[in-house]
Amino acid sequence: MRKRSLVGVCVLLGFLAFFPSGWAQAQTIKIGINAELTGDIPKVGEGTKFAAQMWLEDVKAAGGLAVGGKKYPVELVIEDNESKAESAVKAATKMITEDGVLVMVGPQASKQAVPAGGIANNYKTPMISPWSTNPDTTKDRPYVFRACFLDPFQGPVLANFITTEFKFTKAAVLYDVASDYPKGLAEFFKMAWERLHGPGSVVAYESFTTKDTDFSSQLTKIKNSGAQVLFTPQYYNEVALIVQQAHQLGWKKPIVGSDSWGSAETVTLCGKDCYGLFFSTHYAAAGATGATKEFIIRYQRKHGYVPDDVAALTWDAMGLVQKAIQDTGGLTGDLKKDRENVRSAMGRIKNFKGITGDMTFSGGGDPTKCAVIVRISDKGEFEFYKAACP
Amino acid sequence: MVIFLQNLVNALQWGSFYALIALGYSMVYSILMLFNFAHGDIFMVGAYIGVGVSMALIALASLGAFAMPNWLILVLTILISMFLTSFVGMIVERVGYRPLRDAPRASAAITGLMIGIILETGNLALLGARRVSFPSLIATTTYDVGGVFVTNKKIMIVLVSFLLALALHQFVRRTKWGMAIRAMAFDVTVVPLMGVPLNTMISLTFALGSALAAAAGILFGIAYPVLDPYMGILFGWKAFVAAILGGRGSVMGATLAGFLLGFTEIFVAMIFPSTLRDLIAYSIILLILTFRPHGFFGEPYSARLRL
Repeated sequence: MRKRSLVGVCVLLGFLAFFPSGWAQAQTIKIGINAELTGDIPKVGEGTKFAAQMWLEDVKAAGGLAVGGKKYPVELVIEDNESKAESAVKAATKMITEDGVLVMVGPQASKQAVPAGGIANNYKTPMISPWSTNPDTTKDRPYVFRACFLDPFQGPVLANFITTEFKFTKAAVLYDVASDYPKGLAEFFKMAWERLHGPGSVVAYESFTTKDTDFSSQLTKIKNSGAQVLFTPQYYNEVALIVQQAHQLGWKKPIVGSDSWGSAETVTLCGKDCYGLFFSTHYAAAGATGATKEFIIRYQRKHGYVPDDVAALTWDAMGLVQKAIQDTGGLTGDLKKDRENVRSAMGRIKNFKGITGDMTFSGGGDPTKCAVIVRISDKGEFEFYKAACP
Repeated sequence: MVIFLQNLVNALQWGSFYALIALGYSMVYSILMLFNFAHGDIFMVGAYIGVGVSMALIALASLGAFAMPNWLILVLTILISMFLTSFVGMIVERVGYRPLRDAPRASAAITGLMIGIILETGNLALLGARRVSFPSLIATTTYDVGGVFVTNKKIMIVLVSFLLALALHQFVRRTKWGMAIRAMAFDVTVVPLMGVPLNTMISLTFALGSALAAAAGILFGIAYPVLDPYMGILFGWKAFVAAILGGRGSVMGATLAGFLLGFTEIFVAMIFPSTLRDLIAYSIILLILTFRPHGFFGEPYSARLRL
């Protein structure tokens, strides 16, 4: 009995696949959400789901998504990828081939987004990862986009910010030579800084290795190098040690960091020493204004906590998807053709006003957008200071 | 010159930790001819016990009945943690090493590694992967002495380390217990026949070494207030190098070698690119050992090599 019904379903599915017009009758826009709902980073998946559902509420309140003068109902297909690469691939394949989604949002983490992006590209289905910062996610994949900036991008942004904000010309860098993220960022910062201020303007380029706790020798060198600012793209536990030791060695100049500073632990471990310092990141909850503030208030009222960068970026990714669908000027009902139209529309989006900054796609899948510079306030909160562009 | 003096101060602090941990290695090694590989992790446990004790004392002081100044809390924290950690050391010896005392040395060394892993992962299971920050008991005051910056904490750390090393030296040189330890280091088979209680003396050695490691852990927590369960591994290895460099069973040697190690690391980073710090520093140490295989104060003892 069970076997027969299975055969029936297969036949039906086969029919549907051969007659694309079968999809068109539903006239429902399906958007796939590939989220890390369980596994290592469930908080990331939760933020994704909540932000996407908030977007859906808005669409429903408007009576559907208006495309080319016609309103379409929207359905979210939410799949759990268990924070695993293989499950993300499975979820993506299922959403594309079985559920017939028009476009996919997620996965978030690069570990899942890089392989899932490969699937999306092979099936010629547009996908946007809100949070994945690894270059490989979108590299050579015309169908894959992202809503955040890439790791290397923060180097030039911070170099510019320090130059315009403080008018400094000499910088020092202290980084972990044994860890990819800090090492890469240190190199990009050095390159950008020397492009602005000439060779030799990074007067001290010092390193240590993971697990080191004493930086006194490096910091003594930095202090006596005549540097006006110290850039250290480290994780929160090292940030606390570096900043405290620098102050104990008599360093009174600014210390600047990158989005790896953006953990609540930074201030817990570092204390008053970190107050007044700057770092770059995707989004800042404290001191937000306009649409960003509205989103934060709404989210907090509904779910009881301040949304993190994943939720904010997902919200923007949903907005980009909406804009891309609307920019197609109308759906043909042929899923293959519509996916292609959405892809090319997304690649053409200019000056999209997101809550994490303005975004412009110019050709590739990576948006040109500005980073947010956060100042650690005198109460230890991460406060929006200004937007910084490369 | 200012840079040199500043790095001298940096090196004194950094060397203090190596010296204190190396002392524990050296003492155990001198008697049992055994590398207590768990010693670095006892240092870690000591630091965590220090966090617990100091938080308990702060809570007690805030109740009002036992109001005490912060410096007193610090002194009590160090003393109580040293006391408690010495028991950890004795338990490690009782559970890990005593059953294997007549086993090949390699087995006992492996036991040490395993106990180390048990301590690390046990801590991880108990407190999670979150970094723990050491409560700041004394405010940092920075003194600017002609361009050389010294903090009150640095001075305290170096002084306490010197005092503890000196105290141990006096204990080993002047007391009956110390004499027994030295005698056993000389010959561990014959001395018990003279009526010296072997197990008690070995426990005492472990207790002393662990107490010093705990002191190092707390001082470390004061200087670098971010603790994690794996902080003792690399430290343990490097202090082990210092213990060997100092010479078997020599309190003076281990202390000096600990400071020498700190100086080498800091000054190599001062002169060469910091990326090459450990590469160059430990090549230098290797060179020293090649010419002085028994360390600075060690005596050749090939006749009784039991490895």
